[in-house]
Amino acid sequence: MTKQLLKGNVAIAEAAVRYGLQAYFGYPITPQTELLEYLSKRMPELGRVFVQAESELGAVNMVYGAACTGARVMSSSSSPGVSLMLEGLSYIAGTELPAVFVDVMRGGPGLGNIAPSQQDYNQIVHGGGHGDYYPIVLAPANIQEAIDYIGLAFTLAEKYRSLAILLIDGCLGQMMEPAELPEMQPVRTVYPAWAARGAAGREPIIHTSIYLNPLDQEKTNLRILSRWREVQAKEIRFRGYYLDDAKYAIIAFGTAGRVALSAVRAARNAGIKVGMFRPITLAPFPAQAIRELSERLEGILVVEMNSGQMLEDVLANTHNRAAVEFYGRPGGNIPLADDILTEIKRIAQGKSTLNGHPRDRWVDRMLAANPGA
Amino acid sequence: MDEFSKETLVYERPNTLTDFTTHYCPGCTHGIAHRLTAEVLEEMNARERAVGVASVGCSVFAYNYFNFDFVQAPHGRAPAMATGVKRLLPDRIVFTYQGDGDLASIGMSEIVAAAARGENITVVFINNTNYGMTGGQMAPTTLPGQVTTSSPHGRDVETAGFPIRVSEMLSTLDGATYVVRRSLHDPKNIRMAKKALRIAFTVQERGLGFSMVELLSTCPTNWGMTPMESLHWVETKMIPYYPVGDYKVAPVVAEIKV
Ligand SMILES: Cc1ncc(C[n+]2csc(CCOP(=O)(O)OP(=O)(O)O)c2C)c(N)n1
Ligand code: SF4
Repeated sequence: MTKQLLKGNVAIAEAAVRYGLQAYFGYPITPQTELLEYLSKRMPELGRVFVQAESELGAVNMVYGAACTGARVMSSSSSPGVSLMLEGLSYIAGTELPAVFVDVMRGGPGLGNIAPSQQDYNQIVHGGGHGDYYPIVLAPANIQEAIDYIGLAFTLAEKYRSLAILLIDGCLGQMMEPAELPEMQPVRTVYPAWAARGAAGREPIIHTSIYLNPLDQEKTNLRILSRWREVQAKEIRFRGYYLDDAKYAIIAFGTAGRVALSAVRAARNAGIKVGMFRPITLAPFPAQAIRELSERLEGILVVEMNSGQMLEDVLANTHNRAAVEFYGRPGGNIPLADDILTEIKRIAQGKSTLNGHPRDRWVDRMLAANPGA
Repeated sequence: MDEFSKETLVYERPNTLTDFTTHYCPGCTHGIAHRLTAEVLEEMNARERAVGVASVGCSVFAYNYFNFDFVQAPHGRAPAMATGVKRLLPDRIVFTYQGDGDLASIGMSEIVAAAARGENITVVFINNTNYGMTGGQMAPTTLPGQVTTSSPHGRDVETAGFPIRVSEMLSTLDGATYVVRRSLHDPKNIRMAKKALRIAFTVQERGLGFSMVELLSTCPTNWGMTPMESLHWVETKMIPYYPVGDYKVAPVVAEIKV
């Protein structure tokens, strides 16, 4: 296959089709809508299922029902729509079914705006819905990765009977760049033993998330947790750049990571020994790798398109061994490489500290630069 | 002994029911609705191709009583979940079993949308004028003046509005093929209810679209009545507000003979 110019949302949709997607259920919301629109034509063309649901509540529960049959299914949405889906995500997790979702994040809270953001990190990575559950969360930084990781999302979801969520921002959903799609793969014809498809010649199969006896519920909680520990042991993915001789590093994911990499290269040109660490699995979080970095680095800069959500997960692993600073642009703004470079320079000049919280220092700088806020 | 019992056996469990004892209160007609649904599915030879969708309410454990594949939906979302199942398994018999709080309050969007899409599923809708499972609170179907635990002075239509007649409402949708109301308060009506369920499932089997049977049902526990009183209450209080009848019978349904 050769590379072609592809829009993020469309690339993810077509890649999902080629990875054997059997059913898609969704509801329009910017900046995700092209995914739904594309599949509204593509899925019926191939004799596969497409339904535009009445709401994200409808969509997530259609996915839930379809997942019970053992089929490869997905939905996609953006932040406010994902909030509505959380009920269903909790049920799917509680029923231990595989399902894939794409969240093309936009600015919030509330109706916010339709500009690119990473403000759903906590909602997605740390659960969001009720109860103890652990979605696998993948964060691509370019369209090729988005294509590859939607395939990985299906594989992991099905391997661990888990939720797998592709977490991208509106920028990745909307932009175009050259990328290569996978070959068309056949759709599933053999179904797992747990699939509820009619009890022909066997006892009934029941899919439910209710365990009225708290002891049974606790067993389920522990089963889900031990499966998650296996995911943590085997499925952590990240990328490092210029880290071998680095004194400082940026930690950033998705589009923020991509912009930060330009800043890192500029800083290298200016002679600053800075590298970058980009988590690809936000869950399971690359905790050990970040712990090791914090043991050998002088300073870490976390860059996010929010007010410091992954920051807390980084801090939980750096244990004040390295000074951590934060630079964020919430509200649907993309940080500029120049602004990140300024932050790198500040740190390289020894202006970082172990005292106080990096978010507080960042807010003070932001407020000083925006006197009207 | 075996020969003898075979000859005298006049009533047994359909193969679509397990021999679990239900948790329903004495005199509750949920059990009758289960039995009728199970009998119809057995008669249609559907045990091996039925997939039920349980809702949240007293019937949340319906999957323990039916002897075929079952999934359990979040409160109100059963029609969406059934849509997911049915679209992947178009040749299976997929139905939801929902109470009136589930279907007509929190799940109104899902049921209307499924009916409007002409989703080829069957809905067994239990109208007992209250939220049974949570202890008898007011439901959208609670009658004007009816005392419940959350309308202690009787439903005041000035502040709590009016009951929803679900069958009448859904019958206005072009997507709905078969929408009828039946009652479970006496043998004649129970037989009519069974016939309606048979038609509804046949509509689905033939791919004719959305079908729903609303069943007027008792909740003696929360109504504070004996089983006999509650059957009488269905007849004298519920039926005048919720008339038994056929609200939507698309012309194609006429071809179904049961
Ligand atoms: C989202 C959500 N809200 C509320 C509840 C609590 N709840 C459980 S059952 C029920 C009412 C069920 O009533 P109905 O559908 O009329 O069925 P019945 O019990 O009368 O058969 C409610 C409100 C819940 N489980 N989930
Ligand atoms: S509470 Fe009411 S609806 Fe529920 S089982 Fe008892 S009688 Fe039936």
